[in-house]
Amino acid sequence: MGEAIVITSGKGGVGKTTTTANLGTGLAHNKHKICLVDADIGLRNLDVVLGLENRIVYDLVDVVEGRCRLRQALIKDKRYDSLFLLPAAQTKEKDAVSPEQMAELMGTLKSEFDFIIVDCPAGIEQGFKNAISGADRAVIVTTPEVSAVRDADRIIGLLEAAEVYDPQLIINRLRPDMVRRGDMMDIQDIIDILAIPLVGVVPDDESIIVSSNRGEPVVLDQRSRPGQAYRNIVRRLEGLEVPFMDLEQKTVMHRLRTLFGIGGKR
Amino acid sequence: MLDFIMKLFRGSDNSKDQAKERLRLVLVHDRASLSPGLLESLRGDLIEVLSKYMEIDEPGLEVDFDRSEDAVALVANIPVKRVKREND
Repeated sequence: MGEAIVITSGKGGVGKTTTTANLGTGLAHNKHKICLVDADIGLRNLDVVLGLENRIVYDLVDVVEGRCRLRQALIKDKRYDSLFLLPAAQTKEKDAVSPEQMAELMGTLKSEFDFIIVDCPAGIEQGFKNAISGADRAVIVTTPEVSAVRDADRIIGLLEAAEVYDPQLIINRLRPDMVRRGDMMDIQDIIDILAIPLVGVVPDDESIIVSSNRGEPVVLDQRSRPGQAYRNIVRRLEGLEVPFMDLEQKTVMHRLRTLFGIGGKR
Repeated sequence: MLDFIMKLFRGSDNSKDQAKERLRLVLVHDRASLSPGLLESLRGDLIEVLSKYMEIDEPGLEVDFDRSEDAVALVANIPVKRVKREND
């Protein structure tokens, strides 16, 4: 019996889809059977991040409305035979799926896959409620900004009300240089405020945009820092203890630069 | 360079500290809210308990959050019609 994990945030644009694609790809790389579900109905995007946009025939709404069998709608990944995508419908409304239909779908998928990772839409309306229906646990993505952390706090409350307990946190797009300068909240600041366990910190890096341009998740790039961060999160999701990358280390050079007031530029 | 020296003397005016403080205040308010359903249920429970001790003007009972700069209080305005005596 598999486990359904919903990736959510409240605020849009913090990296839910990128996180979903990378965690799914990383777990598939480690030989798990994975189904990614794009629950952002009307704003389909997980397909392009994975580079699978040309293969879509049926979608999530077709499945729940019985226009096709589940197997027909699942798209196999280019790179891993054990990774599948159930794409969102692009032309339907957010309420095209009901929470009951979603929970039933999760039940079916859990009998076939080790992990189902659901990419949740932004917002707290019906689309969010549908996406978290049937989820066993939640991963909340935030960035070190006031608005994103505030929305994450709201989501924690809503998940609890929906009986999805013990969410875990990913802090995305951390800029160690800005943290060092005192111009960005650090990891501990955010954990203190949200009071939920941290499952990963992903540094901001150009390689994320390069990889999404290509439709190749950065988790596969061995030289990329965010790629390493995602590989660490994957192993933590598998239940392993993995030390956190030291993103805030103060090297001798940094200390010197700060001393002379020329720190921080990259 | 001048910036850096200014920073040294002014101490903590980092934008990070502003972010933390603003977040703290915003969340004090965000977290102190009940859905209309829960607020109604709290109202009902209050009436039930208070009615053991006094007769209150039920339609006149008001319960709401009072939000000031950095604290939140639950304020109830309860018009009393008659207080019950020991043997009532």
